[in-house]
Amino acid sequence: MSNVQKLTSGTTGGPVFVYVQDGRIIRITPMEFDENDAASWKIEARGKTFSPPRKTTIAPYSLAWRSMIYSPKRLLHPLKRVDFDPNGKRNCTKRGESGYEKISWDEATDIATNEIKRIKTEYGPAAILSTPSSHHLWGNVGYRLSTYLRFMNLMGYTYADHNTDSWEGWFWGGMHHWGNSHRLGITEQYDLLEDALKHTEMMVFWSSDPEATNGVYGAFESTIRRFWLKELGVKMIFIDPFYNHTAGLVSDKWFAPRPDTGNAMALAIAYTWITEDTYDKEYIKTRTTGFEKFKDYVLGKEDNIPKTSEWAEKECTIPARDIRALAREWGSKKTMLAAGGMGGMGSACRAATGNEWARLMICLSAMQGFGKPGINIWSTTQGAPSNTDFLFPGYTEGGIAGDVDNSAAGYRFVYKMHDFPTRSWINSPMGQHIPRLRIPECILDGEYKWRGKGFAGSSVEAQFHEYKYPAEGYPEIQMYYRYGGSFIGTMGETNRYVNAYRTDRLPFVVNQAIWNEGETRFADIILPACTNFERWDISEFANCSGYIADSYTQVNHRVISLQKKCIEPLGESKSDYEIFSMLSEKLGFKQAFTEGGKTELDWVKQLFHATDLPKHISWEDFCEKGYYVVPMPEEKKSTPGMRWFAEDKIRDTPDWGPHPETQAEFGKGLQTISGKIEFECSSLLRFDPDDEERPPIPKYIHSWEGHHTKELYDKFPLQLISPHPRFSFHTVGDAKGSWINEIEDHRILKDDGYYYWIIRINTKDADRRGLKDEELVEVFNDRGRVLCAAKITERVPPGTVHSYESSAEYDPLGKPGESIDRAGCINLLTPSRYITKNSCGSAPNSCLVEIKKYTDGGA
Amino acid sequence: MQKWNFILDVKLCQGCNNCFLACRDEFYKNDFPPYSRAQPRHGQKWISVKQQERGQYPRVDVAYLTTACMHCDDAPCITKSDGAVYKREDGIVIIDPEKSKGKKDIVNTCPYNAIFWNEESQVPQKCTFCIHLLEEGWKMPRCVQACPTDALKVVKLKDDDMAALVKSENLERYRPETGSKPRFYYKNLYRFTTCFIAGGVAFQDTDECAEGAIINLKDASGKVLDTVKTNNYGDFKFDGIEKNSGLYTIDIECPEYSKLTVTEEVSECRNIGVVFLERR
Repeated sequence: MSNVQKLTSGTTGGPVFVYVQDGRIIRITPMEFDENDAASWKIEARGKTFSPPRKTTIAPYSLAWRSMIYSPKRLLHPLKRVDFDPNGKRNCTKRGESGYEKISWDEATDIATNEIKRIKTEYGPAAILSTPSSHHLWGNVGYRLSTYLRFMNLMGYTYADHNTDSWEGWFWGGMHHWGNSHRLGITEQYDLLEDALKHTEMMVFWSSDPEATNGVYGAFESTIRRFWLKELGVKMIFIDPFYNHTAGLVSDKWFAPRPDTGNAMALAIAYTWITEDTYDKEYIKTRTTGFEKFKDYVLGKEDNIPKTSEWAEKECTIPARDIRALAREWGSKKTMLAAGGMGGMGSACRAATGNEWARLMICLSAMQGFGKPGINIWSTTQGAPSNTDFLFPGYTEGGIAGDVDNSAAGYRFVYKMHDFPTRSWINSPMGQHIPRLRIPECILDGEYKWRGKGFAGSSVEAQFHEYKYPAEGYPEIQMYYRYGGSFIGTMGETNRYVNAYRTDRLPFVVNQAIWNEGETRFADIILPACTNFERWDISEFANCSGYIADSYTQVNHRVISLQKKCIEPLGESKSDYEIFSMLSEKLGFKQAFTEGGKTELDWVKQLFHATDLPKHISWEDFCEKGYYVVPMPEEKKSTPGMRWFAEDKIRDTPDWGPHPETQAEFGKGLQTISGKIEFECSSLLRFDPDDEERPPIPKYIHSWEGHHTKELYDKFPLQLISPHPRFSFHTVGDAKGSWINEIEDHRILKDDGYYYWIIRINTKDADRRGLKDEELVEVFNDRGRVLCAAKITERVPPGTVHSYESSAEYDPLGKPGESIDRAGCINLLTPSRYITKNSCGSAPNSCLVEIKKYTDGGA
Repeated sequence: MQKWNFILDVKLCQGCNNCFLACRDEFYKNDFPPYSRAQPRHGQKWISVKQQERGQYPRVDVAYLTTACMHCDDAPCITKSDGAVYKREDGIVIIDPEKSKGKKDIVNTCPYNAIFWNEESQVPQKCTFCIHLLEEGWKMPRCVQACPTDALKVVKLKDDDMAALVKSENLERYRPETGSKPRFYYKNLYRFTTCFIAGGVAFQDTDECAEGAIINLKDASGKVLDTVKTNNYGDFKFDGIEKNSGLYTIDIECPEYSKLTVTEEVSECRNIGVVFLERR
């Protein structure tokens, strides 16, 4: 074709080539490398050589980007709610119902900045609440921890901190056994692919579906590794209430415990190992502490309940003989435990028993010699050979904000990138901040107490620190500057989020968003942002480094791409940087925000020069080619994660922590008080030894919303699990006219032309309710009602239902916040309750519901 | 003359739908004359992924069948379209977007339902094998490029060489009874088209999984079709059984335990559950 330009960009699901013709994007593809790109690594193992294909893989939602760029739901003009008058009646309780009218950028920014100035004058900057959505776009300059933070830090605001979502149990529970606060409770994964290919005999995927969740940002880079392991005869066991997509591709055996009871199954495995003497006693003796207490509990000496497989069968429904067979095989083979989709994570940790499950995963691994050859916690998604010496920052390393308090900028990058980094004295442990999970309570109730600020990874003890809103001497929230519109689909018990908008207690709401969906329609002023295909940026494949240090070991080749401005922003939409520049001009700090007038391309160039790229490629050549494949070092010594620990040596991996102050001898031992893996956690003993919800040793604790909560269970007898979705990245890729909607495993198109969200229900449960396949059903509990299409399946056992979270759209058929949602926000139903009173993480997989045939009158 | 063929390994397909999405990305709002008019935003799956679950909890599996235009050698769409559809020398079947204009009937000629009607441009449409890209030097169509597992491939071979590959790789056509001679071949097609009988064996006296039990599968005449041993979970599975193929008998033998026989009528996949052996 004529006049076609082949440009480069990046997405949350892989770097891409973007073909542009006559100002229009016509094609988006994964990258194929050429002969000039760096060579691929090779691993020799068990007489075979393994090397990845010379291309990048791509996630489904990234292939659907063109349908989202040219979406019918794109916001193309600034909008004002028709019945909102900043100088008269605001009609706040009408949010979500009223229509919008187009206004000019000048009007929109006037209203917004006049309100900001008014609120700052009357209440102070902390009366402005703001938070962005996660994972919305890709690019180190435009990312929320970069451009957004830079603006907000200069304007002043109360930040709604993102929680440790997706790995809650590892953070609030697991961390106390092995430290790793610098990784938020998750362990390092270096070189574990080579270790597994050489030594591992079995893999246990427990609440782990890497084909669906792609590590994080890693597309299908790890799929080939699982094929390699299969080729070597490595057996693959899956434990998940849902016969997940990775199981569908490679499983040898599937166990589906009742949701929220995996900890019972884990204890019975430990019981079998202890009573049959098939655990690593030397390791327990030299590398761990507190095992005797744990052993006594498992054997029933503490509570007169031996945690036998028969005992566990009653809780988790897996036959006792199967649990024993699994324990025996695990105890006799070098086993990698893939607990969750990374070196941790997993739906099982996002539940009332999530802490205890994650804690037991660590304890089970320790009992088998965690860190010895072929034995680790590793889910195949990280730990590919990589050049970790080459500096290119992840998106959490602060970008153009350089915020050392609220990003990982302080680790190294801020010193290379900045003369004038920004920070916020309000968004600090000494100022005012609130948890994202409690935005509604803070707005509606005006007060709240919790533990841990945001990711709280500075130390193990940081999560114990108590905070309150309003912070001492700080004002209540008067304005909400929301960036994105996903929370009704992604948080818990989300009618709360709807109702938090529909109140006079919140006088002003701005939403800066790309699409008119979800929460966006609850704002007074909507500022239309463009996608990263419509502005300049720079990024690396799957590199979010910071808390997931060296996260690019997920991918088979480190690929850094220049994200070229492929097209002009659609309509009147603008890049986030442009929008913030306009606002900062009216607020008087444009010079500071833009550092004297820098464009986005200027920042991209500055970031390029702060990395190791210029040592290998000139700016001009990088612009010309558009991407760079980081070469492997000539000699690379393999340093498998935790091998040093198992062998009681000084840490030899490139891990970025823990901080020297937390260790008796730097580099030796873990971050726990003893420096060893602690079965009985000294940090919990010190904090609250009597906390029955999070005891010093991991225990079987009944779920606060499960089969033991009898009254509720009688009323709502189906246990709902709602993992992260397979085809969309949270809300990105879903609804908004995206092609993803047409995937029959994502949504189901009904005769009325609407794509309905799917709930998966076992044949027996469907029969009992008289439901037919693909029929519309009402899924409900006391928290709300959601309209879904039923998918009748044998991939979940009777009593369990499965529906992904993260509908991008919210479509109430009556009054917002009270009526049934047609779009499929399954999180209207999930609990807002924290895992435990002191573990302020969400527990969406502890959720009881009932399902019935939908009749129109039900609205 | 070398000709193009699709090959899908059903065992390697995980239903990620990247093939469908890449196809839509290539053709949405993009005309490629003289081969194709643009696809609409929604509704047309020139390459389509069907999911099939087999078995009953907890003995289940899942398989996906990806279908597109089969680029048949005896294509009914060609014979029934008065020259609006033609076969190229490289095996690719193309619907001429000019000559086919207004001819909605062509949609119904395809035994594989691979042709769609474009209401806006009034043309029947289907997979073009991305011929416009192959002509620019691409080595494969978009769907193949986006496949993360190499489940979907294309090969350009002389018919004789393809026939040899079909034989050596055990490739099959899907629904060969259509007689249209598709150029789309499948490996491990049994995963989608046939069924299995699976179950578990345990010892009554110890309530342990019965590892190493010998299981014979016999047909109605008593002929032994296959023999397997149970694994450490007591599990066994016989796959590749034709649907609706009648009565089967399963003999379960284990030293020191009484022999047990189970008879099953096979219409669809069957998980017979756990069978308990009694000590002799």
